[in-house]
Amino acid sequence: MNDRSGPSAEDMMTVAAARALAGKRTCFVGIGLPSLAANLARATCAPGIVLIYESGTIGSKPPRPPLSIGDGSLAETADTVVSSAEIFNYWLQPGRIDTGFLGAAQLDRYANLNTTVIGDYARPKVRLPGAGGAPEIAASCKETIVVVRHTPRILVDRLDFTTSVGHGDGPGARERLGLRGAGPVKVITDLGVLEPDPGTRELVLVSVHPGVDPAEARTRTGWPLRVAPDLTATEPPTRAELDALRALTS
Amino acid sequence: MARLTALPEALAAAVRDGDAVAMEGFTHLIPHAAAHELIRQGRRDLTLIRMTPDVIYDQLIGAGCAAKLVFSWGGNPGVGSLHRLRDAVEHGWPRDLAIEEHSHAGLVNRYVAGASGLPFAVLRGYAGTDLVDVTDSIAPITCPFTGERLTAVSALNPDVAVIHAQRADREGNVQLWGIVGAQKEAVLAARRSVVTVEEVVDVLAPVPGAVFLPHWVIDWVCEVPGGAAPSYAAGYTERDNDFYRDWDAVSRDRDAFRAWIDANVLEAE
Repeated sequence: MNDRSGPSAEDMMTVAAARALAGKRTCFVGIGLPSLAANLARATCAPGIVLIYESGTIGSKPPRPPLSIGDGSLAETADTVVSSAEIFNYWLQPGRIDTGFLGAAQLDRYANLNTTVIGDYARPKVRLPGAGGAPEIAASCKETIVVVRHTPRILVDRLDFTTSVGHGDGPGARERLGLRGAGPVKVITDLGVLEPDPGTRELVLVSVHPGVDPAEARTRTGWPLRVAPDLTATEPPTRAELDALRALTS
Repeated sequence: MARLTALPEALAAAVRDGDAVAMEGFTHLIPHAAAHELIRQGRRDLTLIRMTPDVIYDQLIGAGCAAKLVFSWGGNPGVGSLHRLRDAVEHGWPRDLAIEEHSHAGLVNRYVAGASGLPFAVLRGYAGTDLVDVTDSIAPITCPFTGERLTAVSALNPDVAVIHAQRADREGNVQLWGIVGAQKEAVLAARRSVVTVEEVVDVLAPVPGAVFLPHWVIDWVCEVPGGAAPSYAAGYTERDNDFYRDWDAVSRDRDAFRAWIDANVLEAE
């Protein structure tokens, strides 16, 4: 699968992210890669999954991944459309939603996320879009999955700003903060899959995608990334998965 | 009581320099025509409030209308940055822009408190984030019944709310549907309100799930077909996704931006 006609690292990341939704009933979807992966899951391993977008659409079944989270196709294909107040207060906050699907500009070893600024807050080097729905998705979904490209610019030793809390500063942090969801259970990158160590909550490389050397993943991480002793290789995308992905993106 | 007027007249009466203005519409029903009229009227020192500043506030900020932005997600959805917003925050161009930022849940609850006549709203949120440190309108609060620590956000009562809706009747009752965002809360929280609509009709036929705003909570209604473009009005117009993609290049460059505003806003009617 490593020849030039095979799936790209980006495809592998999307497929791995979609697979993480197998067996889930409900997913709160961020825009971009999470939306593509969630719709791939709906077309493959999670056909009945209820996709919820922060624009207030519940049960959206878009024929193609939307450009924005407010595209007409999300509302037209939804089971219902609710106001912004309702989507956050009634649907997200009480912890009804199984999985939250997030991206980030920076992520640290405890899967805390920054989508606010690079550099100093008052005079930032890069002003990023900001929080959106992410802080409450990270707080209130039963669990979250994060999708990011694997570079030391994104997987950093220290966040410039904490926008959304993952596992805080380690064991017990979420409980102390009163965050009721379990937090990030998987970080999926274009090189592999990271999961929090059950004891320390620090992210550990548990799987590498086909053809990826775990040393490369370590080099491209901004902290000394631990590798699981029972590191596995991600199953390559199946023909059916790739066909479904092409159908969504072509 | 709603008056049916032309847009320039309504905005000249509703919006003064220095006002706090909320122009809502979550990706859908964004009141672009009204924003262009504010640019033409040369409004200055506005506090602009919106969950998703989007291209509409990128234009107002780049045109120098804003002194402050209150927001919760400031990107070009699915495309990338809002470059005029970034230029203002990163380089103070065309002027310094104060910012007050929230999460979506926090900002929408500020509208809910404002619409409810309460001084604050309560939510589970913000705990452990740096937003608590940089935003004064967020504070911890203890539940008087359970002792649980929660988060309070202060009420938001804009001077003016501006929204776009599908239609109104001749009395000025307004009906909107599809993705309805925070428009109802923004109008009910604001001191004055202006609604642009795709069309004025004799009778508002019921639409499942529609939001209805009675004429007695609205001050001005203006018929502006296509007034949401490049956003859209479900049942009337489609979102112009190409415009959003193309805006990236226009907005990256100060001169290209100014030329765009000159050609499409200042010299247009």
